[in-house]
Amino acid sequence: MRRVILTIAGTIAGLVALLSFKSHVPTVPSASVSTTGGTSSASGASSSSSSPATVPGEFPMGSLAGKLSAGETSVTGHVANTVYGPVQIQLVMRSSKIVKVAVLQQPMNTIHDIQIGEFAFPKLIGETLTAQTAKIDAVSGASYTSAGYIQSLQSALDNQA
Amino acid sequence: MTGGQAGRLRHAERVMGTVVSFDVPPCAGEAVGSAGYEIGGALGEAVRWLHWVDATFSPYLEDSDVSRFGTGAVSLAQCAPELTEVLEACAAVSALSGGYFTTTPGGRFDPSGYVKGWAIERAAAMITAAGSAEHCVNGGGDVQCVGNRGPDQPWRIGIADPLRVGSLALVVTGSDFAVATSGVAERGPHIVNPHTGQPATDLASVTVVGSGLTLTDAYATAAFAMGSGARDWVESLDGYEAFAITSRGADWQTSGFRAYLA
Repeated sequence: MRRVILTIAGTIAGLVALLSFKSHVPTVPSASVSTTGGTSSASGASSSSSSPATVPGEFPMGSLAGKLSAGETSVTGHVANTVYGPVQIQLVMRSSKIVKVAVLQQPMNTIHDIQIGEFAFPKLIGETLTAQTAKIDAVSGASYTSAGYIQSLQSALDNQA
Repeated sequence: MTGGQAGRLRHAERVMGTVVSFDVPPCAGEAVGSAGYEIGGALGEAVRWLHWVDATFSPYLEDSDVSRFGTGAVSLAQCAPELTEVLEACAAVSALSGGYFTTTPGGRFDPSGYVKGWAIERAAAMITAAGSAEHCVNGGGDVQCVGNRGPDQPWRIGIADPLRVGSLALVVTGSDFAVATSGVAERGPHIVNPHTGQPATDLASVTVVGSGLTLTDAYATAAFAMGSGARDWVESLDGYEAFAITSRGADWQTSGFRAYLA
């Protein structure tokens, strides 16, 4: 189980590193995006208290520990301090398989961060799960550009522990 | 970006307009004394090679040999000798494919359909030469596997489903083999049928499996341009198999492809 957590944590840390491929994304004041997250200072958040917000895709925001079905256990990863702010996720496991992923903390200060949260973040977690399920080492497909790589299944594999 | 679990070397390098991913499993080079160090050095050498190929063969860089040769600014003799090697190999693939493989896909000189697979296969060979018996290099979706992924464990390569982004159509397994896929890329159809001048539209993607990525990749490019005729063509090639998904969502495979299915 620890390996799974490392895999996911590695994916997220790697994703953030890869986002440095995108340059010149404008930064906007945190106040102007406060409606999306409900907090004006994501970096100050330290608890995993539940929040009504949902990351578009299928990854709820906030702890699922109080909402487990029979046979499920929750595992909370360490906070990963990235250059964009802290990132923390929680896995819900059943029979050693990941059945849900929740986001406890993610950066929310800039347009860049919102792109991570609303698009690349859930997609990459989902693709990591696909790759794990298929136990593959690499992906063959029509060529991707270096920008497209960020959202590719191969990038999820490259960031495995 | 280099990382991975203890002993496993992973590296993703942005080069040639895509990202090339290296995966060297732990103990792949244990037979050699300080194998980890040597393989790390070979990885650096392979990365430098890929950047050299990019600078020399990119049709997008005005001062590359390919661009200057294409405009007639320099003669072949004034270019890197590797360009002569590539041109001769391209001519052979073009003849074998009935002209569906071409070095002028968009009307101007561009041997990229050959160069990428060739560059990746040679990069993988550099890591082999440094003592690694097991590694995998993925050049933006075209994969060269060396050895196995581990003791008695063949490599497992997912084939992306071109009609459902983020999903796999199937998984192939093998050792010492190459997997190349040509298809409609992110920016829409980009492979032209050189006999009609129109984008090839029969297939959504075609995957060719063979031993070395250089020819496997070039054959995948030719097969995509060929469209529905590619099945019989690949069937006629010794040592190569193909799997395709048509633009209508149907699929077909050559008779020996099932040996690679997971």
